[in-house]
Amino acid sequence: MTIDTLDLAFIPEQDEALRGPVRAFLRDEVSGLPANLRARSWMGFDADFSRKLADRGWLGLTLPKKYGGAERGPFARFVVSEELLAAGAPVSAHWIADRQSGPLILKYGTEAQKQFYLPRISKAEAFFCIGMSEPGSGSDLASIRTRAVRNASGWLLNGSKIWTTNAQHSHYMIALVRTSGEPKDRYQGLSQLIIDLSLPGVTVRPIADMSGDAHFSEVFFDNVLCPVDALIGEEGNGWAQVNAELAFERSGPERLYSSMVLVESWLAHCRKNPSPGSARLEAMGNIISWLTVLRSLSIAVTAKLARGESPAIEASLVKDMATEIEQAIPRLIADVIGAEPRIVASAELRRVVAYLEQLAPSFSLRGGTREIMRGIIARGLNLR
Amino acid sequence: MDMFTEALERIFQERATTAVIRHIEGGGSSAELWSDITASGYMDVLLPENDGGADLTLGEAFPLFMLAGKYALPIPFVQTVMARGWLRAHGQAVPQGAIAIAGPEAHCSDTGGLQAPGVAYGAVADWVLGEFDDAWMMLPCDAAVKEKGESRGSQMVDLCWTSIPKTAMVMEKPEVVTCAPAQLAAAALAPLLAGAARQVLDMTLTHTAQRKQFGRAIMQFQSVQAQLSVMAERVWAMRMAAQLVCNAANNVPSGRLAAIAKARCSEAAVTVADSAHALHGAIGITEEYDLQLYTRRLREWRRASGTETWWACYLGQDVISETRGTALDYILSCTK
Repeated sequence: MTIDTLDLAFIPEQDEALRGPVRAFLRDEVSGLPANLRARSWMGFDADFSRKLADRGWLGLTLPKKYGGAERGPFARFVVSEELLAAGAPVSAHWIADRQSGPLILKYGTEAQKQFYLPRISKAEAFFCIGMSEPGSGSDLASIRTRAVRNASGWLLNGSKIWTTNAQHSHYMIALVRTSGEPKDRYQGLSQLIIDLSLPGVTVRPIADMSGDAHFSEVFFDNVLCPVDALIGEEGNGWAQVNAELAFERSGPERLYSSMVLVESWLAHCRKNPSPGSARLEAMGNIISWLTVLRSLSIAVTAKLARGESPAIEASLVKDMATEIEQAIPRLIADVIGAEPRIVASAELRRVVAYLEQLAPSFSLRGGTREIMRGIIARGLNLR
Repeated sequence: MDMFTEALERIFQERATTAVIRHIEGGGSSAELWSDITASGYMDVLLPENDGGADLTLGEAFPLFMLAGKYALPIPFVQTVMARGWLRAHGQAVPQGAIAIAGPEAHCSDTGGLQAPGVAYGAVADWVLGEFDDAWMMLPCDAAVKEKGESRGSQMVDLCWTSIPKTAMVMEKPEVVTCAPAQLAAAALAPLLAGAARQVLDMTLTHTAQRKQFGRAIMQFQSVQAQLSVMAERVWAMRMAAQLVCNAANNVPSGRLAAIAKARCSEAAVTVADSAHALHGAIGITEEYDLQLYTRRLREWRRASGTETWWACYLGQDVISETRGTALDYILSCTK
């Protein structure tokens, strides 16, 4: 078996100390917003809010000081993220850059790339999106067709990406593209490019979702000429780089707290409106106990990241379970609200339920589907 | 694995074989196994060194508890170790003998008797620790009427005392209760469930690698892989839940964490047992094949001392009745 034991780990005190100041800041900035807006959380875009966080030094927590970061490490980011998500802060502007594009550039970038991008990420001046899925390539990511051809002046890019979260708001996309070979070559010949989305030939078309938001987009590349230094990492090493990146993407608190604003709103509702029934007690107990155990598993994975490991399989295991409970929360709470028909839930609370019911299917799609996660776990169990 | 854990695993491998388990389950004496493990000193690991103990914390003893589940130990090792530490922490004398712990089912009957239905390991215990209508007591099993409400091989029994026996130890309840006997019962079952579930996963992995159908090992089928992946998720979560409740100061687990651990381990136990049987096919339900030693325990320990629904309701009540603090605050308070 190649899945590591996930041992109980704790957030170091100096990182835990960030919680108080972040919480005080959020009380002023966020707590007055209606719950159905806060429920959008890491789908909520607010560049000014991200800059306020940057001003306080809460972005780039995992990046070195010489590149404008705070050099605090994954635990500090865990604490800040947890508070932001639980409060329902609109974090999506900086979220992807702070979580994974920054660490990716730090790990694979040239000195010039690090000096250019990392300080901008820490100042919330450079927002990133991730170009992976294509119209014909979802879970089968290795079948992508977007191609970059090297010529005398750079990389000539043609193709398209889809379901790209925040593309319409981002300055850059880190895209997985084919730089040699054919789709049948699978993992061979893939590379990652940092694409400046303001270049000629880039078209971004937002896609409306069923809740009325447009958080993702389709992005077209029509003879886009990217400079030579758009390549990040090694040519042909894109698959390995993407997988290392996914350990950051799949393990964090955002896989745990997508329905947390609903939990908090419903808890306040329950405290205000007593009921003799046991349905609410059971649902509340199940939600809290699952979240407590999953949070500890997520911290155990974070401890591995902090030790410099790349716990991709363990992160998949936690992500699959955590997104299951994130999705269960709106279902359980909706059931209990309906099981107490004489205790009327406020319109605001019901709007949160309705919004999350519609967003929840995406919880187990984004960052890799449930079926892909279970395939990765199966590989960790040496089944394939 | 540390030396301490390795040494105990060797003892379990040699002394608690599946033949010994079947012998004791069939009504044979557990005295020899009990004295082997007692002689090793492991029953006192939580006690201070000047008391003949090893001065381990509950957290340090956690791997030992998992082993007891992994080997389907037919004596109440975890309960005895935890109860000895808990008694000591409450300033009580620590008696010799095997201790079982009664869960929320324990109560006084209308006629003044004491009842402890469905006590895990009640069949092989010398003492039952429990709370009987607000009174904390250690009751001697030899003074009890025992009735088995279970199937073949079970060590879970109903114990009934017509009055408080002379040899009972009646304890004074502390003013602030961190962990009542029912919570301790739940806490002790969590690592047993987690350890047994891990063993069931390992057996199922071995079986699905060896069993061939349609010309290949059944683990190569995607639907089988998906079931095994979900089993692994549950087993990892159970271990974390059990480790959380064992992370306790002064050998007294937190009541909240006991509820969390028992709720999560109980629910997952059913998923793990069901999937293991589905993937083993008919061989898994035979007496001869060892899987049943573990899956019977998973289902019994799930029911003992409160199921997932009981503990979820307990926890829900605790969260909602707090007048201040967010859900996140509550979660943080459990994992400090």
